[in-house]
Amino acid sequence: MLKVGIIGLGKMGISHAAIAGAHPDVEMAGVCDTSSFMLNAFKKFTSTETFSDFKEMIKTQHPDAVFVATPTKFHFPIVKYALENNIHVFCEKPFCLKCEEGKALAELADKKKLVNQVGYHNRFIGTFREMKRLLQANVLGELVHFTGEAYGPVVVKEKGGTWRSKREEGGGCLYDYASHVLNLIQEVISRPVKVNGTLLKSIYSHDVEDAVFALMALQNGISGVLSINWSDETYRKMSTSLTVIGKKGKIICDATEIKIYLKEENKREHLEKGWTIRSIAEYAIPVNYYLRGEEYSAQIDNFIDCIKSGKQSTINTFEQAQYTDRVIEMILSEAKRA
Amino acid sequence: MEKVLFGDNQFFAVSHISDERSRAQSIQFKEDSVILKVLESAREAGINTFMCTTHDRIANVCDTMRKNKKQWAKFNIYPCMPYAHKYANAVTELGVLGTIKQYVPGNIFSTFAQGGLAFVSNNYEKLITLLIDAEMKMFKDISTPVIFLQNVLVDMILGLKMNDVFVIYDRYIRERYKAEPGYITMNLPALFDVLASRGIQNPIICSSINKTGFRMSGGKERYEQYLREKEFRPIAMQVLAGGALKPQEAIEYLGNFPRIESVLFGASSKNHIIETKRLIEKHLGR
Repeated sequence: MLKVGIIGLGKMGISHAAIAGAHPDVEMAGVCDTSSFMLNAFKKFTSTETFSDFKEMIKTQHPDAVFVATPTKFHFPIVKYALENNIHVFCEKPFCLKCEEGKALAELADKKKLVNQVGYHNRFIGTFREMKRLLQANVLGELVHFTGEAYGPVVVKEKGGTWRSKREEGGGCLYDYASHVLNLIQEVISRPVKVNGTLLKSIYSHDVEDAVFALMALQNGISGVLSINWSDETYRKMSTSLTVIGKKGKIICDATEIKIYLKEENKREHLEKGWTIRSIAEYAIPVNYYLRGEEYSAQIDNFIDCIKSGKQSTINTFEQAQYTDRVIEMILSEAKRA
Repeated sequence: MEKVLFGDNQFFAVSHISDERSRAQSIQFKEDSVILKVLESAREAGINTFMCTTHDRIANVCDTMRKNKKQWAKFNIYPCMPYAHKYANAVTELGVLGTIKQYVPGNIFSTFAQGGLAFVSNNYEKLITLLIDAEMKMFKDISTPVIFLQNVLVDMILGLKMNDVFVIYDRYIRERYKAEPGYITMNLPALFDVLASRGIQNPIICSSINKTGFRMSGGKERYEQYLREKEFRPIAMQVLAGGALKPQEAIEYLGNFPRIESVLFGASSKNHIIETKRLIEKHLGR
């Protein structure tokens, strides 16, 4: 049994606690938060040990792995402390607010040969995995253009309360919504290497942006558009999509389906000329315990499997996540320059 | 419970298999009158139970039903609480406590005038019942013989092993609403075992049941074993496996499990409603 601790009991920490708690190879070593409301709930309804200080949890419980789901600005000190104590770490996204911090953590984790993973869960959605596979199989021919989008109804009124409305703590649509799409672009298509022009727009928020638009160039030579808005209430929940256009056709992909348009039939991939539409039902990763989507369980299964088998995760490593942090920084500095 | 339960996903742009279809539906059902028209078609087809989330717009549907009592006299609603995205989006923006403050009726501090936040923090049972009452408010004077806890919450409680929350829910629904508590889950075998261990017997459990094993966590074989051997009242949902199955084949499969009490499905057209109901009654009886 792996002993696991959860640090931070917000939306994602609770979700990780539930999924890890349901995993047959995991024993919950403790949960940690600064809110007595959440800790008392664990005390009342579970036998899990509760802590208000993560160092104390690590010192007394000796977990094999921790999940770090605090506000982003606390990721660096907590993850560093855990790695120094030889603990495998799953950290929420975005990884760190300063690139050099993320880079240092990635190097430390590699040096210590500890499993390290960041919660960019879209990578475990079957449709996006299929899109990556099809792009690698070159079904679109020479690539021409991409669009990465995410829309949803997070801030739809003028008010603001938590750390998410403070830029310095990692709030705002760029860190929260856009980071997911940047990471997908990076891992499914190619790494962004240049940002040419950025618009950060506040719609209802005072101190942070509610929408992000940018033109970007990728390592593989193609360029495209990033379009993100978390103040769009025409969406019931966060909706993320990637579109890639190539000389032989186009792929539009979101969490529910992948739509492929080809100018000519592709026999090897069994894709007809014209549109082929395939649903997530075909590609979903089977999981033993389901909460909110297969991807949330699949990413934790992957993390646990890597620890058990003593191999490194290849999906959502600290190195990949710190690169996404770098792209966020490119967008911020481009916005400042303009 | 009736054999056929009418669902509401189509009304609220909930499509698990297509974001695009979601948007089309949200345009189609912009007006409450269009929702009511489809419900009337279901009622005319002989379906008298509407299983729906506690979405704000259901309040308007309930208003109409209260105004036209005679017409809707035999009609039941099975509420499913809470409408999770309302809370999930709020938690991202306001935090856990901020969300509770926003959704518990009145001012939570005046509700707990004596002790304020500290009191709330130690009275989870009271808080749970207040949140249930807030969700149930829209159904005043409407027949709600079964009241469900949504899968996001059921499965979260299950994963966190906060099993006493089920006991509190079960007791409160029976005592305060004189209704049968129901549970929606994506983890049927695990949930059944936990409920049984807490003395909740013969529970109503609504879960994905389909031939392809889609969203049947723990595996199709285990689901089938539980459907054959365990004592509970199963409701089948997601029977078309996210569109992978044709209705005929999908419902024929359900016929292998005679203990399935009801099938939940949603549709927008009268013909589709009549045809699906016919298929269900053919393979599962009336």
